[in-house]
Amino acid sequence: MKINRRLFMGGAAAGAAATTLTAPMVHAAGHGKPKVVVVGGGAGGATAARYIAKDSKGEIEVTLVEPSRSYYTCFFSNLYMAGFRELGSIAHSYGKLASEYGINVVHDWAVGIDREARTVSLAGGATLNYDRLVLSPGIDFVDGAVEGWDVTHQNAMPHAYKAGSQSELLKAQVEAMPEGGTFAMVAPPNPFRCPPGPYERISMIANILSKKNPTAKIIIADPKEKFSKMALFQDGWSRHYDGMIDWIGGDFGGGNVSVNPHDMTVTIDGEETKVDVCNVIPAMKAGKICDMAGITEGNWAPVNPHTMQSRVDENIHVLGDASSQGDMPKSGFAANSQAKVAAMAVRSALTGSKLFPAKFTNTCWSLISDDDGVKVGASYEATDEKIAKVDGFISKVGEDGELRQATYEESVGWYAGITSDMFG
Amino acid sequence: MNWIRNAAIGLTVAICATTPSFSNEIGNAEDGEKLWKECKSCHAVGEGAKNRVGPHLNGIFGRRAGSEEGFKYSKGLARMGKDGLIWEFDLLDRYIENPKAFASDTRMSYRGLKDEQKRADLLAFLRRYSDNPGDIPEAAPTVAGTDHEVDPAILAIQGDPDYGEYLSSECTSCHQLTGDNDGIPGIIGWPAEDFVIAMHAYKDKFRPHPVMQMMAGRLSNDEIAALAAYFEVVEP
Repeated sequence: MKINRRLFMGGAAAGAAATTLTAPMVHAAGHGKPKVVVVGGGAGGATAARYIAKDSKGEIEVTLVEPSRSYYTCFFSNLYMAGFRELGSIAHSYGKLASEYGINVVHDWAVGIDREARTVSLAGGATLNYDRLVLSPGIDFVDGAVEGWDVTHQNAMPHAYKAGSQSELLKAQVEAMPEGGTFAMVAPPNPFRCPPGPYERISMIANILSKKNPTAKIIIADPKEKFSKMALFQDGWSRHYDGMIDWIGGDFGGGNVSVNPHDMTVTIDGEETKVDVCNVIPAMKAGKICDMAGITEGNWAPVNPHTMQSRVDENIHVLGDASSQGDMPKSGFAANSQAKVAAMAVRSALTGSKLFPAKFTNTCWSLISDDDGVKVGASYEATDEKIAKVDGFISKVGEDGELRQATYEESVGWYAGITSDMFG
Repeated sequence: MNWIRNAAIGLTVAICATTPSFSNEIGNAEDGEKLWKECKSCHAVGEGAKNRVGPHLNGIFGRRAGSEEGFKYSKGLARMGKDGLIWEFDLLDRYIENPKAFASDTRMSYRGLKDEQKRADLLAFLRRYSDNPGDIPEAAPTVAGTDHEVDPAILAIQGDPDYGEYLSSECTSCHQLTGDNDGIPGIIGWPAEDFVIAMHAYKDKFRPHPVMQMMAGRLSNDEIAALAAYFEVVEP
């Protein structure tokens, strides 16, 4: 039996769907087309679903479970905050994955996984069978990571680390800052999604403040002593936003921080400051469906680097931010790269297609100011122990303006490329 | 004093008028030839020039846009041609100043040349192959060459397009399969030989781009041939 996409689209129909579907699907196991369920429609999940469907040419039935109808990419959401992108330009729908690739797109939350029965249960009540499950749920926040803050405070002190309404909120708050006001960021400890992300965000907020509110101040409380592209960012900050940004690293008490969302204060190493906007980016862990599936060790889900299979359950592949794999950073580019390796492994397991050696790549572009782009990247291979870095590169301090502009333009091209690779 | 200067200008004009080349009127073709080095990884000009990643440019002055037989143009340029755009100096000058501003979907992945004098020089060089395309200057056929020498044995490798399709998933994280060029060039429909030459130029670190040096650096000769065979036949 083929899952009727429309039954799943509306929450009201979900109860009916559950009764209709569960019975025949038990019988379906081992019969008919092999089934793949993908949970999470971001850079990992959307890419995996598309590649499995595209390359199996109809031999595998693919269901993608993603709660959002409009998906906002985290990458480039910082550019939106500075006005370099419209919010609509980072929104994507799943229409093509359904219509052109025949993927069953189910807008619902996955709320449970039965690894014995190989089923995924959805918040709407339905149950999906799988032969292989791909989990690409992204990140959740570690409870109690920042003293005084939990997700119920995300309106007063947004994280904006899942793009969309949180990005809009943070942008609006920055634009409403009083003249000479203070913006604070609580930066996360390693490992976290998008290592240069907080610092690109600081650059973009400094960019808009330097144009509209040039006497405003920015404070960053950071538990780390070093961060991604640190020399490039600090050089850029002193060239473009001299005196505006105060970065307090771990060696100066930046990790000893608490916040009070009611009074809008931030206390760093015992010193309390009244702020106008506070962006709290807490410590992160794998999206909680990984915990529910029982495949995490610590905060993340360890995987076999050759295939991205969970170390705990070979019927489950984990992609992107949620996985713990070795040397790759948690980035959209990395998730997209891992998804292709997983898609190949899934097809090989279910249809006997050829398995080639895994290769991975990553590049992270960051914008520091108008037309001042930088990048860092590396290539990787699978070893038995981990995904291991082979070779890499990084932009250099002192590059001329033309090269920096070309790097920025390249990132715009990459955005168009990766989003069409994800969504068709 | 004025009359002396005027007389000098008159003399210059007189000398120009006796030279058969038109190049002095719009720029310095010798300087333009140096600038051409940047173009020739994609375009050929001169005796026997063929379409490569870009169309050959013999007779570009006076040619209708998007009209060179056998070359796959972007929709925008093809449409401009149908609408009657004929390449002449002012239009070529505007195009190479900022190709994307002129034709937003152009496949020419060239940033543009802001310096007006340099554009004039480059166009002066190109015009040598237009006013009288059959009349190729004696020293010129060298310009049909490429920017990088590759061992003929490597160029002779027949790539497996199916393997290329598999490998291509690494490329399509950035390069769009539609051939669109938004800051990262389109790579579909290239003649396989040009693709191989370009990739080896990165692999040998002759071309400077660090991402491409890294990507090409770990591809074997067979893998490069496979990618070339695959991308050559991808239709937008």
